[in-house]
Amino acid sequence: MALEKSDVEKIAHLARLHIDATEAQEVANRISSILDLINQMQSVETRNVAPLAHPFDAVQRLRPDVVTEKNEREYLQKIAPSVQNGLYLVPKVIE
Amino acid sequence: MVWETVIGLEVHVQLDTKSKLFSGSSTTFGAEPNTQAGIYDLAMPGTLPVFNEAVLRMAVKFGLAIDAEIGRRSVFDRKNYFYPDLPKGYQVTQLAFPTVGKGSLQITLEDGSEKVIGITRAHIEEDAGKSLHEDFQGLTGIDLNRAGTALLEIVSEPELRNAKEAVAYLKKLHAIILYLGISDGNMAQGSMRCDANVSVRQLGAKEFGTRTEIKNINSFRFVERAINHEVQRQIEIIEDGGRIIQETRLYDADKDETRSMRSKEVANDYRYFPEPDLLPVVIDEAYIESVRAELPELPNAKRARFVSQYGLSDYDAGVLASSREMANFYEEVVKICGDAKLSANWVTVDLQGLLNKSDLDISQSPVSAARLGALIGRIKDQTISSKIAKTVFEAMLGNEQSVDEIIESQGLKQVTDSGAIEKLVDEVIAANPEQVAQYRAGKEKVFAFFIGQAMKVSKGKANPDQLNALLLQKLKG
Repeated sequence: MALEKSDVEKIAHLARLHIDATEAQEVANRISSILDLINQMQSVETRNVAPLAHPFDAVQRLRPDVVTEKNEREYLQKIAPSVQNGLYLVPKVIE
Repeated sequence: MVWETVIGLEVHVQLDTKSKLFSGSSTTFGAEPNTQAGIYDLAMPGTLPVFNEAVLRMAVKFGLAIDAEIGRRSVFDRKNYFYPDLPKGYQVTQLAFPTVGKGSLQITLEDGSEKVIGITRAHIEEDAGKSLHEDFQGLTGIDLNRAGTALLEIVSEPELRNAKEAVAYLKKLHAIILYLGISDGNMAQGSMRCDANVSVRQLGAKEFGTRTEIKNINSFRFVERAINHEVQRQIEIIEDGGRIIQETRLYDADKDETRSMRSKEVANDYRYFPEPDLLPVVIDEAYIESVRAELPELPNAKRARFVSQYGLSDYDAGVLASSREMANFYEEVVKICGDAKLSANWVTVDLQGLLNKSDLDISQSPVSAARLGALIGRIKDQTISSKIAKTVFEAMLGNEQSVDEIIESQGLKQVTDSGAIEKLVDEVIAANPEQVAQYRAGKEKVFAFFIGQAMKVSKGKANPDQLNALLLQKLKG
């Protein structure tokens, strides 16, 4: 299965990855070869195999419903580019 | 052309846990911005989620309450999108293997009939933070206190056929959630949020029409208005020869209209994949049974019991069982006064009327169950008449005196002394010879006039049964 350059551009946009025009074709080729591998795997008979959600054969451990985190706002906001009134400031997201 | 409306609801319920879904941060409502947003909630590199057991228990509890299939093995997935109130760049949710599978909810329609609405699934997911778009010199302020709070998203089948059914469904869901105690259900604070998928089609058509999704509906009243508005908009477009575009629309309560938010084609590309930071959640029969043992009596079961145990009408039983607080209040009143029917009347008519008038919830009732029970007890033992009881009820609102003190201090005790009532009857008959003559000439309607007069003279305190009997006897005499 061949991936078009435009597919790469769309995925890159959705993932907010910067891939410039010269790289896009090369990336398309590389992903296409991964998809070829997956296609090859599609031919394996898997009807009696349960879908794998995680490579570890283990189940999720649960945590009791207890508050364990302290308020560390001051400490955490030191590394934020911009804060005001306790809020993190980001470029405006709606017009 | 006759149109049929097709509605499916997606309801997000904020689960009432102390800590977040995957972190030990507090979930208290109304805290200072970002004081409850720890390193996992902020998506700091290297932090990992640990699943909160209380969330699983609440989800299973809800599943059992709607007779749903419980996922013995549920899997978390990442739903990828970029928005600043979602620091990780993905929301952890459950796509293919939710904790709660197919179930159903029985709703009561306005004409009293019942309808069963299918529930497709209910899955566990994280809430996002809040964006504040004003007052930051062209920037957006982000508060991540809510980020990572546990939600249960309950998805209905497209089986609701008008806005009123949607409201009935939502109210029933709300009641069950409060019965189970898994959320405070506060719609104004966003603990319960509703999105509606709405489409129209010609009556009898097999295919669904193109749907729109209305977001941001935060009250029962708005659900009805937003849906009705959207249905009207779609019909007008189609009848004018246009086509409905699949999109997300926002309901604006101030303008009572929906408007387009964003086109779904691109936004819908969430590129889900299994969350590698979490293992599958496996639950066994013993766990499910331990949750089942915690289930309270639910609205339908309670209603049936009220009918059989107290001899109430199906309607009254339904009203009383509609909320857990109301049902508990009612049963306490019955326990005190011993009269189930009188209690039902007082709670559903007088008390409910008062609460509606002052926009209060039963939990904020100015009259406690103990006092209302005492009042009804005094009607039952004939200390006061039902009519006088309403006067006492009014008086109870203004002061803390006991029911008996009010009756005593205001001289409201019913007159049951037959001598006193006889004297009263004699007076009324003597004072109205003209009406007596009319009555004796066969005009029996005048009887009501005498009752009225006697009640007026006794200030409503004469025992009505005794008064009736004596008047009849004397007038016939």
